[in-house]
Amino acid sequence: MSEADGIMRLRQPISVTYNWSAGPNATSHLNGLLAGTLIGKRCPSCSLVYFPPRNGVCPKCARVLGDDVVVGPRGTITTFCVVNVPFLGQKIKLPYVAAQILLDGADISMQHLIQECEAGDVRIGMRVEPVWKDRSEWGPSLENIAHFRPTGEPDRDMGVEAGAS
Amino acid sequence: MARRDVAIVATAQRPNQVGSTLTSVELILPVINEVIEKLGIERQKIGFWCHGSCDYMSGQPFSFVAAVDAIGAWPPIIESHVEGDGALALYEAWVKIQTGECDVALVFSNGKTTSGPIDRILNLQADPYMVTPLWPGFDSLSALQARACLDSNVLTEADMAEVAARSYRDALNNPIAYAKENVTAEQLLARPYVTAPLRAHDCGVPVDGANAVVLAAGDAARGLAERPAWIRGIDHRIDTQRLGARSMTESFSTAVAAHKAGVGDDRIDVAELHAPYTHQEILLRRAMNLGEGTHINPSGGALVSNPAMAAGLARFAEAAESVFSGSADRVLAHCTSGPMLQQNLVCVMEGE
Repeated sequence: MSEADGIMRLRQPISVTYNWSAGPNATSHLNGLLAGTLIGKRCPSCSLVYFPPRNGVCPKCARVLGDDVVVGPRGTITTFCVVNVPFLGQKIKLPYVAAQILLDGADISMQHLIQECEAGDVRIGMRVEPVWKDRSEWGPSLENIAHFRPTGEPDRDMGVEAGAS
Repeated sequence: MARRDVAIVATAQRPNQVGSTLTSVELILPVINEVIEKLGIERQKIGFWCHGSCDYMSGQPFSFVAAVDAIGAWPPIIESHVEGDGALALYEAWVKIQTGECDVALVFSNGKTTSGPIDRILNLQADPYMVTPLWPGFDSLSALQARACLDSNVLTEADMAEVAARSYRDALNNPIAYAKENVTAEQLLARPYVTAPLRAHDCGVPVDGANAVVLAAGDAARGLAERPAWIRGIDHRIDTQRLGARSMTESFSTAVAAHKAGVGDDRIDVAELHAPYTHQEILLRRAMNLGEGTHINPSGGALVSNPAMAAGLARFAEAAESVFSGSADRVLAHCTSGPMLQQNLVCVMEGE
């Protein structure tokens, strides 16, 4: 602080600690991640399988989700984005691909990283599988999966023309 | 344009609790479904949804967006969110109905008050430049206000204890109230201060809660409830955020809002006042000239269960229920927001 400019400055750092709860309806999903199993939940009303099961409710039906459903681990890319823009704190080598992946048996896609292939080779309908981090690094998080990689299986027809991606 | 007649036609409230492990969505979902089931209507009949909550309480930016998961928003709906008490969301819904864009609106609010230090978190409602950086806490600010009232002989600590004793005793008859005790003012005055001159009983008990209220216009309201609680006047006023420029011993914004809402035009049978501190109930009563003929907070009020951001809408629900049951004809619901009664919403409702 400069006394010459006559401006008084005050620093008041504060912190607030929360007891955050994931809620009972998402617990089996999180426990599944700790065990390396991908667990979604089925809506008892519309039968859609949600992975992740968000707040444990079906946003379409306003019902608490019902049975646990093991999904994946393989899935299909439904859409993707090639990231070319560098930004502060970037940990992944450019260019890389962020993709929406529809896990086998699930009805909503989730976002994850695609690696172990050229960004230009990624396409809608591509089959992928998870690559897990070392078990010592696991927590109740989808970050247990380092990334997804192509399986080499034939593409799934996602209703778009070949090459449209 | 003539003002449309709008009434509360149904309410639902969660039993207030401490330390809930539910997410906000899980707190809200049952009360929304309950209030819709009470009316026996299709979800699609609700033309507008309005939510009151505070992201700072969950510690997650845009956490209110997740609340839409509790609505069942398919086919697509029209909805809005107020970063504040659900009673302020009710006011927005009332305005929406006045525009003629919808006839039925559902208002809901939730407060997971015990998941963080609410006294500090609410400090974020204060003036962000001069007050919030000092982190005074709401209990401390309210204690300053109470001290000013005591020093000015506006009230006594015994008056404050009477408010608490009445609230704790009335709560014995309210199944969803959290704190309840058959206690006298003398017994309460023997207990220690927590933030002098406030004792524990002078401060509303932070709890986790959620509630939902349905508003409807004209014939729609008559078709949905046997005895709708018709909103005859509703008004929201705000005192300056500069705490030093405000009277600590009277609530000017409440007096103006009460006048505009027509409080003094006739007797008030029941008044549900959102007073998180005992001395604030006394200031509110004085500002609105509520006398002996008015039953104040038969529910026990926010003193016995204070789910922040839902405690104001709870007052509307309680007041409306007393009209539904026929136990009252003309009622008052009030909501406050901000430090030391900064904002005040006053509503008068009547049965037909």
